[in-house]
Amino acid sequence: MKPGWELVVGLEVHCELKTATKLFCGCPNMFGDEPNTNVCPVCLGLPGSLPVINQRAVELAMAIGTALNCEIRPSTFHRKNYFYPDQAKDYQISQYDEPINVNGHLDLPDGSRVGIERAHMEEDTGKTTHAGSSGRIHGSDYSLVDYNRSGVPLVEIVSAPDMRSSDQARAYASELRAVLVASGASDGKMEEGSMRVDANVSVRRGPDDPFGTRCEIKNLNSVRSLGRAIDYEADRQIALLEAGDVVVQQTRHWDEDAGRTVTLRSKEEAYDYRYFLEPDLVPLVPDAEWIQAVADVMGPLPAVLRSQLVELLGGPEVVTRAQTDQVTTVVDLGLDGLVTAAVAGGVASSLALARTANEAATQAEAARGIDPVSYVALLTMEDRGALTATQSKAVLTELLEAGGGDPATIAAAKGFEAMSEDSLVATVAEVVASHPDQWSRFCDGEDKLIGFFTGEVMKATKGKADGKAVAAELRRLRS
Amino acid sequence: MTSPRPAYHLANAVRSGARSALEVAEEHLAAIEAGDSAIHAFNLVTADLARRQAVAVDRTVADGQDPGPLAGVPVALKDNLCTRAVPTTCSSRILAGWCPPYDATVVTRLREAGAVVLGKTNMDEFAMGSSTETSATGPTRNPHHTGRVPGGSSGGSAAAVAAGFAPLALGSDTGGSIRQPAALCGVVGMKPTYGTVSRYGLVAFASSLDQIGPFAHTVADAALLFDVIGGHDPCDSTSLNRPTPRVLSVLDDGVAGLTIGVVSEFLDGAAPDVVARIRSAADALAAAGARVEEVSVPEVRFGLSAYYLIAPGEASSNLARYDGVRYGLRVDAEDTAAMNAATRSAGFGAEVKRRIMLGTYVLSAGYMDAYYNQALRVRTRIIEGFAAAYERFDVLLGPTAPTTAFSLGEKTGDPLSMYLSDVCTIPSNLAGHPAISVPFGSGDDGLPVGVQLLGPALSEGTIMKTAAVVEAAAPELPAPALGVPA
Repeated sequence: MKPGWELVVGLEVHCELKTATKLFCGCPNMFGDEPNTNVCPVCLGLPGSLPVINQRAVELAMAIGTALNCEIRPSTFHRKNYFYPDQAKDYQISQYDEPINVNGHLDLPDGSRVGIERAHMEEDTGKTTHAGSSGRIHGSDYSLVDYNRSGVPLVEIVSAPDMRSSDQARAYASELRAVLVASGASDGKMEEGSMRVDANVSVRRGPDDPFGTRCEIKNLNSVRSLGRAIDYEADRQIALLEAGDVVVQQTRHWDEDAGRTVTLRSKEEAYDYRYFLEPDLVPLVPDAEWIQAVADVMGPLPAVLRSQLVELLGGPEVVTRAQTDQVTTVVDLGLDGLVTAAVAGGVASSLALARTANEAATQAEAARGIDPVSYVALLTMEDRGALTATQSKAVLTELLEAGGGDPATIAAAKGFEAMSEDSLVATVAEVVASHPDQWSRFCDGEDKLIGFFTGEVMKATKGKADGKAVAAELRRLRS
Repeated sequence: MTSPRPAYHLANAVRSGARSALEVAEEHLAAIEAGDSAIHAFNLVTADLARRQAVAVDRTVADGQDPGPLAGVPVALKDNLCTRAVPTTCSSRILAGWCPPYDATVVTRLREAGAVVLGKTNMDEFAMGSSTETSATGPTRNPHHTGRVPGGSSGGSAAAVAAGFAPLALGSDTGGSIRQPAALCGVVGMKPTYGTVSRYGLVAFASSLDQIGPFAHTVADAALLFDVIGGHDPCDSTSLNRPTPRVLSVLDDGVAGLTIGVVSEFLDGAAPDVVARIRSAADALAAAGARVEEVSVPEVRFGLSAYYLIAPGEASSNLARYDGVRYGLRVDAEDTAAMNAATRSAGFGAEVKRRIMLGTYVLSAGYMDAYYNQALRVRTRIIEGFAAAYERFDVLLGPTAPTTAFSLGEKTGDPLSMYLSDVCTIPSNLAGHPAISVPFGSGDDGLPVGVQLLGPALSEGTIMKTAAVVEAAAPELPAPALGVPA
């Protein structure tokens, strides 16, 4: 951020709820099936059809409200009127001035708190595909609409304009995603569109100034895009203001390839949605018992899971920065169960965390499906020195592919066996002897060369040496 | 005293095997064939469907099973009730040829009760009108006088029953669209309590006001049909999840002990010959043991104004879906927005366009509070006004329409005078209350006059037993020259 300026960001996040059926009808909530197969008179908006609220969607919306510390209250639905071919009724049923969740907050891993103004329910539209070169509506030959998505339940989570950096916005999006997954409400996949983020960005000279004119940025398909788009937009607005120009309130489109935002529509072109109370639905008045029942069945939230892992590692006072990141990765990917299982099985917590965050995480989908017994057995072998780190990683790759198995059998089939101490000592001595320059620098205190020597030993032993034992031997020789 | 019940007897004759449903259907199809060219009650006669359903009913009887309370009774359906694979047009060019893939809940319930569907009846386009003259298929004529309108918007259903084409029919009532044509055609028409009859499959005009209801020759037959179509439907969120009022069983209980209020505001704008009939009906109720008094419900005077903001507001949204994208009419143009506009310009008639524009305006930013929201506040006042009246009265009484049937073309050039036809019926829709129109003799022109009985929510039993007393006291109304006797 350019000195002398403050960034102000608020995010609007749409997430698809993980219900079996759509928000107002019994059609399967299965976007991605053969187009226009999961449709009925209701989600096609045929004349005479009427919406009926899906109770499960209400429960998931309340779960989100609970997870975001919101007040859950009686709510109503409105119609948002606008013409578009993928909008089956040419209006969208959405909560407007009486949303189900209000006044919450989300605490980020760095300790900052972002206010949640509301988290309301609405239905998704169909999905339009514009055929032709550009993929946009202009210049397309024709358009196709898939109504499988029409009526899919969404919750829109509107943050307060509380974020002051693109990093904080990214952290918010990541943490929110983890909360949505942990609460069971959504699978939170930004790339697949089940979580969609719009950013409201403005800049001002300092925290005492009023908010500047904001622009809303759409088409942010990853947390990385979100950060890039905010930074670009902040720079654009600052350049305008420093040139004596003004920021015009607009909706802007993030162009990922060009790395910039472009005008989508200005405030003057904004629609008049003519919101009015949806007469086909009745107010939603969840009683305290129902709200409590939803909270009772909700799994632990990411913050809780993270602090549990930190405790396993010996508490916040001994956890390194790198381990904090590993804890976040493991929880975000839903792999914390593997770490706790390994620690319960007697594996050193730092090893369990590192293997899970660094190796298992690269194949998170497979790792979530692996048999924990196999995983714990493998880490136990490594922890006891029966396998080196390199060998352990090779066995893990096979375990992930197979979804489980006996690590000892796989290790034996690969010819893995731990080196004897004698042969390790001999190999280290040989490597030291053939690199006299590096050795004397190492002896002069250039500690990072330990990595160089370990690498050379690994090469010589084809990875069979235990890195920890190699390091210990090197230090012994130097002392 | 027993209220006459021709449809009930017809069903019993079919159930007992004394009459064949197919023969009954053929008789009515023949009557339509002979008489409907002069009336145009029907947009579509579903002769094959009627025969197939009648044969199925006869087979059920032959198998020793009970086809249901409407066994073999022909029913005409307003053309805004969805019928699977049968065109449902709302008398609009924009839906010409559209066949719904599903049946409205009321249509399903009719079939399950053994009824036979004769066809789809003409109506004002999207139920917007009081004379059936805004129909894209041309007007329906009043069977009592073919130079006069049948009322509307359910004019086709009212005329079909009056002409003897069908013993029963269904209509929809948003501001009087069942009761006013019932009055003008000399038949019984009832708008039930909002939420007692499922709206699933009723093409929406104004969702918070629309309600499906029965047409019949007699109060008892209307009650029979209401009992079949009423009751909770999980497909309609506004459907009341509580027992529907029992009507048939209380129909002959009489009015002794009831307090009935004649609403002075309803008499104020009515023609003298109509007022005279209403007063005779009130006298008849007093003679039957009711306490009858005049009552002022001043709030109802604002009903018409509130209605013409609320109903168009909802309609402007409900009718947005006719955009040419997936069904009905499409007029091609260079891009989607132009196609939407061209389709809607060509597909909707003048009255529908007027109400869409009015409704769009009253919901617009900057105007919503002054118009739409103000109308909602008036609506609340009307509900409160009725509530005060129902503290003292069991039933309210007045004319259904201010005049007897007017001439075709008489009011088409003057929308406001057309809108005034519904001044007595609209308040019940705004309140969500039930109301029924019962024929009570004729005006100076010899055309039918309807008496309207109103009650609080879920008082169908009370207003219909009162209607039965009015019906029994009603002067003889000459049968229309057309059609076959019921």
